[in-house]
Amino acid sequence: MSQGMGENRETMSLQIEHYQSGRNSHAVHRPVSVSMARGQALIIHGPNGVGKTTFLRSVVGFMPKVAGAITVNGAQVENLQDVACYAGHLDCVKSQLTVRENLNFWARLFGAAEVEAALVALDLEPIEDQLVSACSAGQKRRTGLARMLLSWRDIWLLDEPTVSLDVQAVALLKDAIEAHLGGGGMAIISTHDTSFLQDHERLLLEKTRETKVVDDFLDAGSF
Amino acid sequence: MLALIARDIRIALRTGSGFGLSLAFYLIFVLLLALGVGGDRAMLAQSAPAILWVGCLLAAMLSLDRIFQADMEDGSLDGLALAPMPLASVVIAKIAAHWLTTGLPLSILAPCLAVLLNMETAGFVWLFVGLIVGTMALSAIGTIGAAITLTVRRGGLLLSLLVMPLYVPTLIFGVVTVQAALEGGDPFNAFALLGAVTLFSLVIAPIFSAWSLRVSMQ
Repeated sequence: MSQGMGENRETMSLQIEHYQSGRNSHAVHRPVSVSMARGQALIIHGPNGVGKTTFLRSVVGFMPKVAGAITVNGAQVENLQDVACYAGHLDCVKSQLTVRENLNFWARLFGAAEVEAALVALDLEPIEDQLVSACSAGQKRRTGLARMLLSWRDIWLLDEPTVSLDVQAVALLKDAIEAHLGGGGMAIISTHDTSFLQDHERLLLEKTRETKVVDDFLDAGSF
Repeated sequence: MLALIARDIRIALRTGSGFGLSLAFYLIFVLLLALGVGGDRAMLAQSAPAILWVGCLLAAMLSLDRIFQADMEDGSLDGLALAPMPLASVVIAKIAAHWLTTGLPLSILAPCLAVLLNMETAGFVWLFVGLIVGTMALSAIGTIGAAITLTVRRGGLLLSLLVMPLYVPTLIFGVVTVQAALEGGDPFNAFALLGAVTLFSLVIAPIFSAWSLRVSMQ
């Protein structure tokens, strides 16, 4: 498996403090505080609409942050844009290209040497030369997730990665995530599947009581 | 960046809608105007530079709305935004890919259509060179419009309205370049201004488009 930046991962750490992500400058969920070290994963649970996607998109810099701070390896950062790789609801694959062509593109973009390991890890070899337009939803998803293995990024942000995957593929994904964690990486994963990656730290995201930003900010301060 | 350009060109080739559509549009547009003007050969030759430039402008605009939209729809834009290169570089790659799949083929087709319009051969070279340079500005300015209208449903029409006024300087200097060459004057003055407009757009577009892409993603 292509695991980069091994030397930096020895002392890798991530702190997210009193973090609230927002939509139109309103906080979506109650403040999140987590502290993670190398090899750790955080599983986010919560009902629909509580802001799991917003949180993940916010820490990676796609959506605004309302309050809180992020620290990576002791240095405060605005967002995780440079250290994280994000896989959301959309699979990030081009239907006009084959599975392998899609992965080749992302590999070139992120500077990965080859895509073989990623193809094997998610069992994409049998369909590597198939156009993505002819792939099933689960196959597309696996192609999109294989991107993580090519990114060489320390932190994986996965938004409901198990959606439309069969039992076998979920197991492969679990192995891939464990391998990433084993190599010193970290992962923040939102999922509704309570049995997925059971041994890891869990966080239940809660909705803000008020939509007013100021109130929640004060709440966070008195935490 | 090269990876992104190569990917976009490959997709354009595979979809077929890339150049085929705009080239066909350009051909039909010019033919319709030629039919409209009628049998007056002198008049046709006289208005040829304007017809060829306006046609190229409209044809180049056809595929603008897909520049970022396709990547937005399948989530690729998120992936590109996290790539180890600034978003402005992504925009530069997009401009290059759009130009290679529309601007360049249109510029090559233009002299062929000029024959159809009975334009004097003195203007052929300047028409071609002018279009090569001018279409770069069209692609660059187009990305700004495409980025701004990204989240607007059916933003195609809005995009045209936004972009068309910005195409005016390119159109004027482009047509004047060809006319100067036809009338035996010095086409270089207008051509230099055309080049200046292109350079200006190429500098402004990546910065401005990247900024509005960030806003659109929220």
